Amino acid sequence: MMHFLLLFSRQGKLRLQKWFTPVPEREKKKIVRDMTTMVLGRKPRSCNFLHWKDLKIVYKKYASLYFCCGLDAEENELLALEVLHRYVELLDKYFGNVCELDIIFNFEKAYFILDEFLLGGEVQETSKQVLSRSIEASDMLQEAEIDNSDYDLELGWP
Amino acid sequence: MPAPIRLRELIRTIRTARTQAEEREMIQKECAAIRSSFREEDNTYRCRNVAKLLYMHMLGYPAHFGQLECLKLIASQKFTDKRIGYLGAMLLLDERQDVHLLMTNCIKNDLNHSTQYVQGLALCTLGCMGSSEMCRDLAGEVEKLLKTSNSYLRKKAALCAVHVIRKVPELMEMFLPATKNLLSEKNHGVLHTSVVLLTEMCERSPDMLLHFRKLVPQLVRILKNLIMSGYSPEHDVSGISDPFLQVRILRLLRILGRSDDDSSEAMNDILAQVATNTETSKNVGNAILYETVLTIMDIKSESGLRVLAINILGRFLLNNDKNIRYVALTSLLKTVQTDHNAVQRHRSTIVDCLKDLDVSIKRRAMELSFALVNGNNIRGMMKELLYFLDSCDPEFKADCASGVFLAAEKYAPSKRWHIDTIMRVLTTAGSYVRDDSVPNLIQLITNSVEMHAYTVQRLYKALLDDISQQPLVQVSSWCIGEYGDLLVSGQCEEEEPIQVTEDEVLDVLEGLLVSNLSTPVTRGYSLTAIMKLSTRFSSVNRIKKVVSIYGSSIDVELQQRAVEYNALFKKYDHMRSALLERMPIMEKTASNGPTEIVQTNGETEPSVPDTKLPPLITQPANQANDLLDLLGGNDVVPVIQTTLPTKPASAGGELLDLLGDLSLSAIPPMTAYNKNGLKIEFTFERANPNPNIAVITIHATNTTEADMTEFVFQAAVPKTFQLQLLSPSSNIVPALNQGSVTQVIRVLNPQKQQLRMRVKLTYTHKGSPVQDLAEVNNFPPQSWQ
Repeated sequence: MMHFLLLFSRQGKLRLQKWFTPVPEREKKKIVRDMTTMVLGRKPRSCNFLHWKDLKIVYKKYASLYFCCGLDAEENELLALEVLHRYVELLDKYFGNVCELDIIFNFEKAYFILDEFLLGGEVQETSKQVLSRSIEASDMLQEAEIDNSDYDLELGWP
Repeated sequence: MPAPIRLRELIRTIRTARTQAEEREMIQKECAAIRSSFREEDNTYRCRNVAKLLYMHMLGYPAHFGQLECLKLIASQKFTDKRIGYLGAMLLLDERQDVHLLMTNCIKNDLNHSTQYVQGLALCTLGCMGSSEMCRDLAGEVEKLLKTSNSYLRKKAALCAVHVIRKVPELMEMFLPATKNLLSEKNHGVLHTSVVLLTEMCERSPDMLLHFRKLVPQLVRILKNLIMSGYSPEHDVSGISDPFLQVRILRLLRILGRSDDDSSEAMNDILAQVATNTETSKNVGNAILYETVLTIMDIKSESGLRVLAINILGRFLLNNDKNIRYVALTSLLKTVQTDHNAVQRHRSTIVDCLKDLDVSIKRRAMELSFALVNGNNIRGMMKELLYFLDSCDPEFKADCASGVFLAAEKYAPSKRWHIDTIMRVLTTAGSYVRDDSVPNLIQLITNSVEMHAYTVQRLYKALLDDISQQPLVQVSSWCIGEYGDLLVSGQCEEEEPIQVTEDEVLDVLEGLLVSNLSTPVTRGYSLTAIMKLSTRFSSVNRIKKVVSIYGSSIDVELQQRAVEYNALFKKYDHMRSALLERMPIMEKTASNGPTEIVQTNGETEPSVPDTKLPPLITQPANQANDLLDLLGGNDVVPVIQTTLPTKPASAGGELLDLLGDLSLSAIPPMTAYNKNGLKIEFTFERANPNPNIAVITIHATNTTEADMTEFVFQAAVPKTFQLQLLSPSSNIVPALNQGSVTQVIRVLNPQKQQLRMRVKLTYTHKGSPVQDLAEVNNFPPQSWQ
């Protein structure tokens, strides 16, 4: 299973953090620091795999964002790269030519998409279309609520 | 009260901050506003406020005061609220928080909600971070949803079940009925998560594993369909249909086929098919091949398939993609123990990877290279590894040096080669060598008796070049101290002897003492070395002067040593030569790992001439002469009692000796002497790892009514043997077999000649001294063969 998934920028700013195991807050901060240092310190054409404690770390750079995940030792690293790539494709489809700013300003949507793709550290849906359809439907449910509301003002969205 | 600012506006504002302080100020202001909004129990904007809080939490600011608000959002009827509420719960409310359990009821309600997207939220949250208590409470709901026909919910329920089982393994049983027809689903999401669930259950319970083994044909069929089916737009990744599902099925097959012949047989064909037909131009195809290889190696596959797998790995090694090379090296490392010969075929490619630019690949290649070293390829491999040691990054040097030492110890084709290799490591990576290698190396050098002159000469020359690498300096000073006489006398046979005077040697050693580069430990080594040379060199006055200077050294250790050595010169000068004699051959204990039999590769070692055997500490010579006179024979070397320096203790060492002894058939004990009520029995052990040393324990018992006091046992052996007597357990052999005196004799028998011994016994019995001589010839053949 995946233990965590982190997105951070070239300057080390965290853009998304998903934890699939219970970790104390302080420990989370330390892991984020360690990952950022390790991954940002890699030479440009190194391989995408690292070892850290008893986990395999797989990372990939997309434009200005680093996608970094920690896996159990028995996981398939090459497939993990495909998982990361699939997530990027989903984001790209949703936002249309996704860039870092999209994820900064719409972080909650990035989480929603992630939660449709991974659950408990495992892949839950392998079809891009099915996944996109679920997200669309959830968004529409949200829109419907806002439209049907009695209130004149925006219900806190966005 | 104006409406709280919108989330995106807040993000924009915070991003305009130019300093950390400015950002902190903005955030504190906003947090205060949010806090008061929470206090007012504002329902309308709660969602907005929590969302903002989550953003600030991601920036690293505390957000714990939002925890209860998340709960309120979850409990709300609005989907929008629930969405943010559950997100907040997953970020802020992990099981370590007190309020975590308060979620349980909300989740339970939402699991039964009419809208599947709400149910999905609940399942997701439970499956990502539900605590054990929560899992226990809600497992029943999850199990219900696992049986639903709604594939959207079914796939989430399956992964939620996986989480429940991970948290509370005892609950695994309850999910068993629901798994009945999971694999007959057409929906890939459900199929994938079902395979994950089955994998988790099989990994945790051998009973489940047995139960699910019957699914192998079905899994094979599904996999076959995936490969053979045409293009499917929904699941296609670069021409491959649903690689995620393929890999998970392969992994489940691996677990089911492990140690089961029938299942392994059933999956043979499909594995071969996947291995040969999968497109390898993109990463996704290689991911599937990788998983296939792992499966083939783990199950009971036929040898043809295994060779195919290793060859795939071999091809991976030549791939341009670094990731694939890395993965190949990791897998080969796993299989090198079981399929050693197959992996050996790719040795040259692996050794080439040592020159790769990527750090992770270099490390894997180094580990794998060490695993592949054996008696046949040691020379070639060591050349490559030493070259690697020269040029690699510092982070590798310690591990590489240790690896080289281990490999050299196991497979050294000759002693000279071994010493040369050690020298090479010490001179190129000397400062990275682990501290514990220094005593190991010293022991190794001591035991290579015929190489002493060569070793000390080379080490001396190395010291002249460079005194900064501490392990090298320490080993060199020790050797010069021990064998300095060989150095100045120019006795080297292996290479051109150098001309060195005593003064030059002392110059070098004194140089170490004063140099800033030397650590205190190194200084200790050099001082002791200088002292030892006082019995080997003639310039004793110079040495006395040096030693007395350090009697007032600030370093306490040096001071103590110098003071004690000074005392040796003054009050105890008569003992000095005895104390500073050559070290005897040390008992070899391997530092770690199982006993390895030294593989000599058929190259002849220079034979050990007897004259170079280190002499032992001498006691007053008259006893020895007595023995000689009495025995008359001129082919007997007298040996007196000695005490052996305690061998370096390591728990591993003791165990190794035990194992070594067990591995040989027991040598029967024998009675060596039986006269006048005194009976002496010999019991035998073989000293591992040196098979030329026989360890004899004598047991002396006394059947008479009076004790035998002042009991002394002496022994002598022919010249081709060497004998060492350790201290006896006591000097009194109690009467009437009430106890025994034991003593250990070690006999070195390099020429494997028949063991003979002459013994002399002296004791006092009933007031009068008794003395007797005997010859012991009835040694069992196993003790000397």
